[in-house]
Amino acid sequence: MASVTLDRINKVFGNTHIIKDVDLAIGAGEFVVFVGPSGCGKSTLLRLIAGLESISDGELTIGDQVVNELPPRERGVGMVFQSYALYPHMTVYENMAFGLKLAKTAKETVHERVMSTARILQLGELLERKPKALSGGQRQRVAMGRAMAREPRILLFDEPLSNLDASLRVQMRNEIARLHKRLGSTMIYVTHDQVEAMTLADKIVVLNGGRVEQVGTPQELYQRPATRFVAGFIGSPTMNFLPARLLGADAEGCRVDAAGLAELALPQDASGHAQGDGLTLGIRPEHLRLTAAQGSEGFEIVNVEYLGNEVYVYLEPKQGDTLLIQRSEAPSPWSIGQRVALDPDPEHVHLFDADDRALPAKAARAAA
Amino acid sequence: MSSPVTESAPMPARPLPVRYRSTKVRRQRVRAAWYFLAPMLVTLTMVAGWPLLRTLYFSFTDASLSDMGDTLFIGLENYLVYDDGRWFGVLADPVWWRAVWNTAYFSVVSVSLEVMFGVIVALVLNAEFKGRTLVRAAVLIPWAIPTIVSAQMWAWMLNDQFGIINHLLMTFGIIESPIAWTADASYSMWAVIMVDVWKATPFVALLVLAALQMLPKDCYEAAEVDGIHPVRVFFKVTLPLITPALMVAVIFRLLDALRVFDVIYVLTSNSTSTMSMSIYARQQLVEFQDVGYGSAASTLLFLIIALATVAYLYLGRKQLQLGGE
Repeated sequence: MASVTLDRINKVFGNTHIIKDVDLAIGAGEFVVFVGPSGCGKSTLLRLIAGLESISDGELTIGDQVVNELPPRERGVGMVFQSYALYPHMTVYENMAFGLKLAKTAKETVHERVMSTARILQLGELLERKPKALSGGQRQRVAMGRAMAREPRILLFDEPLSNLDASLRVQMRNEIARLHKRLGSTMIYVTHDQVEAMTLADKIVVLNGGRVEQVGTPQELYQRPATRFVAGFIGSPTMNFLPARLLGADAEGCRVDAAGLAELALPQDASGHAQGDGLTLGIRPEHLRLTAAQGSEGFEIVNVEYLGNEVYVYLEPKQGDTLLIQRSEAPSPWSIGQRVALDPDPEHVHLFDADDRALPAKAARAAA
Repeated sequence: MSSPVTESAPMPARPLPVRYRSTKVRRQRVRAAWYFLAPMLVTLTMVAGWPLLRTLYFSFTDASLSDMGDTLFIGLENYLVYDDGRWFGVLADPVWWRAVWNTAYFSVVSVSLEVMFGVIVALVLNAEFKGRTLVRAAVLIPWAIPTIVSAQMWAWMLNDQFGIINHLLMTFGIIESPIAWTADASYSMWAVIMVDVWKATPFVALLVLAALQMLPKDCYEAAEVDGIHPVRVFFKVTLPLITPALMVAVIFRLLDALRVFDVIYVLTSNSTSTMSMSIYARQQLVEFQDVGYGSAASTLLFLIIALATVAYLYLGRKQLQLGGE
C-alpha cells in the first residue's frame, strides 16, 4: 500500500502532447479511477505510473520516493492489462509464479503466495489449465492474480473489463470492488465506461484531451460537475444541454431564459457575468418534468423508449440536433407526437458559462 | 501454421450417426472436392509419382545412360550383392557412406547455424528502428539470388589466388598465405556450409519474424512490469511461442539440405570431401552412365529423406502435444 503523487506530469510523443500538466494526489489504499473518452490520455497516464512510458516532464512520487527514473520492477507496481496478457504456453500456476521466481524468492514462498492468491480469487481448480482453456472472466481473474501475487504497493488496471460481455462485466466489477475492500491496497483503474468509474471509485479523475477536468467522489462528479464536459460524460442517459441567456444576477442567485423554457430563477452565483451573456443550461433526464403543452408551444415527443422499470422520452430540440431526454419511472402517460412543456427542478439545474465552466451554486443551496 | 496463441480448442472427433453421413448435400460436396483435387492429383502423378516409380524401377535394372532400351532386371544387385568373396553395390561403397556422412554433417551444422542466426536476425528486424523496412528487404537478397549464381559468386570470392576473401584476410594480417577454401579438404566443407548459411538465414529469419510479429505485445509489457530479465523472457516466453514457426523453418531447411546439390557442385565439384548424396547419385548416373546404380542411390536418398521427415514430424508432434496441452 502506498500513496502516489503526480506533480505537473507531462508526456510528449514526437509532436503530440498527450499529457498536459497533470497534478494528482492519490492516498494510500484509495481506489482511483481514470475515466475519459478514448484518446484522452488515461491509459498513457497509467503507463507513466507503471513505468512503461517515460515521463517527459514533472515528478512522480510513489510512497516517499521519486520514481521518474526507476524501471517498472523497482516501482513496486502490478498491472492488469486489457487483453489479460497471460503467457499462452504456461499454466495458470506458472503464469502467477513466473514473476515471483526471479526475485530469488524461496520456492516455498512462491508456492505459498500463488496458492493464497489463487484462494482469494477462487482459482484453485484452474491452476493446471492453460489460458486458452479458460473463459474470459477466468482469464481476467488470473491476470489479476498474477499482478497481486507479487504483492505490489500499487495495483494498476488498464481497462480490465473491456473484453468481457456485459453480464460478466457487472460480476467482475463486483469482484474487484470486494477485492479492494479485502486487500485495502492502492488501486488505479482506467476505463472509458463511466458506470465502472461510478461504481468502483473512491475518487474519479475525469480526463479530457490530456488534462484533468475534475477530481472528486462519484457523488461530487454527478451532483456538482465542474465543467460541461464532466456533466455530459458522467451519467447515463447523458445530461440535456440547452442554450440560455442570463437575465440578471442577485443575492439569491440568478434568472435565466433558456430556449423553449419559462424564465427560471436559479441558485447559481452569476455575479461575474453580464446581463445577456450566453450560458448553457444543463439538466439531467430524471430532473425534467413534462407537462402537457398547448398548440405549437413546447417540444414535440419524437420517441418513447420503454425499458421495463423506466421510460425515456425523447424530445425534438429547439436548436441543434441532439434530442432532449426525459427519464421517469414506468409507466409513462406520454406517447409519440404529443407536445409537452418542460418544467425543470431549479435545485438540479446546472449552468455553464461560455468557457464551459460550471457556475457555482450559492452556499446555502449547494448542500442540498 | 498456427501459433498456440490463436489456436482454438480442438473439436471433439466423435463419429457421426449414420443418418447424418450421406445426405445429398454432403455427397455433392464430396464430389465437388474431388473435382477440385483432381487436376492437382493428376499433375502430381505425372511430375512426381511417375519419375519416382521410374527411378525405383531403374534401380532394379542394369540400365545405362547410353542404352536405356536394353535393360535387364537384376534385382537388388545395385544395392548390395555378394560376389566372388566381396560385397558390391551402393550400400557397400565407402564413397556412398562418405556422401551420407557429408550430407548429414552438412545438414545438421548448416540448419543449426541458420536457425540460430535466423532467430537473431529476426529479433533485430523485429525491433523498432529507422529504415527497418529497407533493412528487411535488403536481408532477403541472399535468398532471392538463385543458388547457382550466388554459389558461383562465392566461388570467385573464395578463389585461392584472386579471391577477395584471401586478399582481405591477408591485408589485415589474419592469414599469411592464401587458403584454397574450396579445394583444401580441411576447409571445403566449412566453405560450403558458410555459403549455405549465408543464403538460407534470411529464409529462416523471415519465418521467425512473421511469428514474432504475431506475439502478444502485452505479454512483454507484463513481463517488464514484473521485472523479468529480457534474456529470461526470451527463453521462457519468446522461444516457446515461436517454436511452431521454428519447426516449420527447420523442416523446410532440413529437406533442402538433405538433397543439397547446387551449392556443393558449383563450389567443390565432385570432391569426395564434400560430396553429398545427390552429387554421388548424379556422378553415377551421368558421369559413369550407370542409370541403374545411380537410381539405386537416388532411391536410397529418397528413403533417407522420407525417414528423416517422418521422424521429425513424429517428434515434433509429440513435443507440441507435450507443450500445447
